[in-house]
Amino acid sequence: MSSAARIHWRSFKWAAWLGWEMDSNWTEPWLFMVYSVIKPIAGAFILVLMYTVFALIGQFRDPDLFSYIYVGNAFFIFVGNTLFGTFQVIQSDREWYQTLRYTYISPISYYTYIVGRAASKVAVAALAVVITLAFGALALGVRFEINLAQLPIFAAAFVLGLFCLVSIGICLAGISFMTAKHTHGLAEGIPGIFYVFCGVLFPLTALPEWAQSVGRGIPLTYWFDLTRRLLLPPNTISTGLGFFNDYEILALLLASSLIFFLMSIGIFKLGEFLARRAGKIDMTTSY
Amino acid sequence: MDFAIETKDLLRIFKPSRKLFKRKNPNGNGAPEGPVTALENVTTQIREGELFGLLGPNGAGKTTLIKILCTLLLPTAGHAYVAGYDVAKDPFPIREKINMVSGGETSGYGLLTTRENIWMFSQFYGVPSKVAKARIDELFKTFGLWDKRDAKVRTLSSGQRQKMNMVRGFVTDPEILFLDEPTLGLDVNASRVIRDYVMGWVRRQKGKTILLTTHYMMEADEMCDRIAIIDHGRILACDTPENLRRGIRKDTTFRLEVDTLKSTSMFTGMRGVKNFSAKNDIANNTTSLTFILEDESPVSDILSSIQSQGSKIHYLQKSEPTLEDVFISMVGRGLE
Repeated sequence: MSSAARIHWRSFKWAAWLGWEMDSNWTEPWLFMVYSVIKPIAGAFILVLMYTVFALIGQFRDPDLFSYIYVGNAFFIFVGNTLFGTFQVIQSDREWYQTLRYTYISPISYYTYIVGRAASKVAVAALAVVITLAFGALALGVRFEINLAQLPIFAAAFVLGLFCLVSIGICLAGISFMTAKHTHGLAEGIPGIFYVFCGVLFPLTALPEWAQSVGRGIPLTYWFDLTRRLLLPPNTISTGLGFFNDYEILALLLASSLIFFLMSIGIFKLGEFLARRAGKIDMTTSY
Repeated sequence: MDFAIETKDLLRIFKPSRKLFKRKNPNGNGAPEGPVTALENVTTQIREGELFGLLGPNGAGKTTLIKILCTLLLPTAGHAYVAGYDVAKDPFPIREKINMVSGGETSGYGLLTTRENIWMFSQFYGVPSKVAKARIDELFKTFGLWDKRDAKVRTLSSGQRQKMNMVRGFVTDPEILFLDEPTLGLDVNASRVIRDYVMGWVRRQKGKTILLTTHYMMEADEMCDRIAIIDHGRILACDTPENLRRGIRKDTTFRLEVDTLKSTSMFTGMRGVKNFSAKNDIANNTTSLTFILEDESPVSDILSSIQSQGSKIHYLQKSEPTLEDVFISMVGRGLE
């Protein structure tokens, strides 16, 4: 392994270890397991309630639409967890644990360290997504149709989606180098924007034209669309992306993910440089 | 000669962040916030193997200098080199050779045990796990943390956390170690143990360098091979403790303790008084005075001035100059 690869692996490995210890060690193991199972199921019940209210107001009952909403929301768990897992690292290490200065001056890649810290959040989210999907299939009648021949494309889309999410999270981490009081606003606001514009709860076509353009500029829109195509049976819901085939959607996801990855490097480096120049790398503000 | 640390005309100015609406100075004096010069033309060279002290009051620029050398902060102008690498352009090779401990802070991941905390940091530096664990055990015993080795960090007192952070600094066996007020807030015994260990560590091993900042005169005097006196971001003097004292030995140092004085302004500019410091002890209702005099002739004027305020003199002592006297001689006030 080259020296650079060794440094990145070391940064990722120990950051992931730390993240996992912090995410799983806050209580007894049995309580952690119970919490990990109950939380996504409770989330699923909220969805059922939302759908019931929509159905009552709209006088409709469409199982395809319920599945659409259900799968979108299940995968949205990755968005919240991954974004929070990446860009809260700087804030928490700097303000709460006051360890950032010591981590930052150690011979690791801080970019990779943040990715590592997010890994445990992704793992916890993956468990929650699996439980949510299983609960949907077993208890709520969500019908899945998985073609084994399409597993490679699903795996590729899944990895690209996470890659893209981490890249977006690192962009925000780069910004949080310079901020303190806005971090919680970003943690709530950015996933909220994705929730509205990326076709999580309703198809893109439900939005006005300008908002659809915004949605098409965000890679996660393609991720959600492709994931649904590969997991659910064909349906008549107009997503606004129907004129692309699966491979074209995958190509769009790949291209936009690469753009966000390059942006994440640029924004992170810029944020780091500006914070080092302004003396904000290890600031404590008590916000 | 190779220097472990070298700075050339180092300047660091902190500018207030630009805001849409101008805020009043947080000090409450109504003036808008202005730029603060934390370091001004700091030029210094620290040799490999040296225990170098930076002595100055709070706000003198000590921590700013350490932050620049540790690659946490960029200088506004000038150059700083650590282990031969430029801190601004080449931070990564520097990070492989350094570590830093700040006193008086309580950093650490509360959910991890003390051992896990330290071990994790050692892994960031690529220290083999077995070696790291052996070092941690030895350091825990040295710093009196052995009983707390499996305790969660959140259960430690602030002093214990500070000792844990000392262990974190040494566990990676750095070539250059930055200690920023390492004994701040620690009890006498713990401070003694840390001072002894630090001195032993740098003397026992070849090629280890320590930059220590402190505002404890005794600590600097006892530990350091050379000391730079810093105030308002400028290095005022740099030499061995003995040479610094020798520099003012031709002067005369007097110490007095008197009833609390209402004013000390009459000493400013008094003929023969090179500098002085005054410190009030509210609890005992006394003022401690230290005078650096050209000779003994102004003593009678000083005593007359004190008595004219109706203040009683508790003691008067002529003494050998200390580092504190050196500081008073240079900046006109004591460190604390």
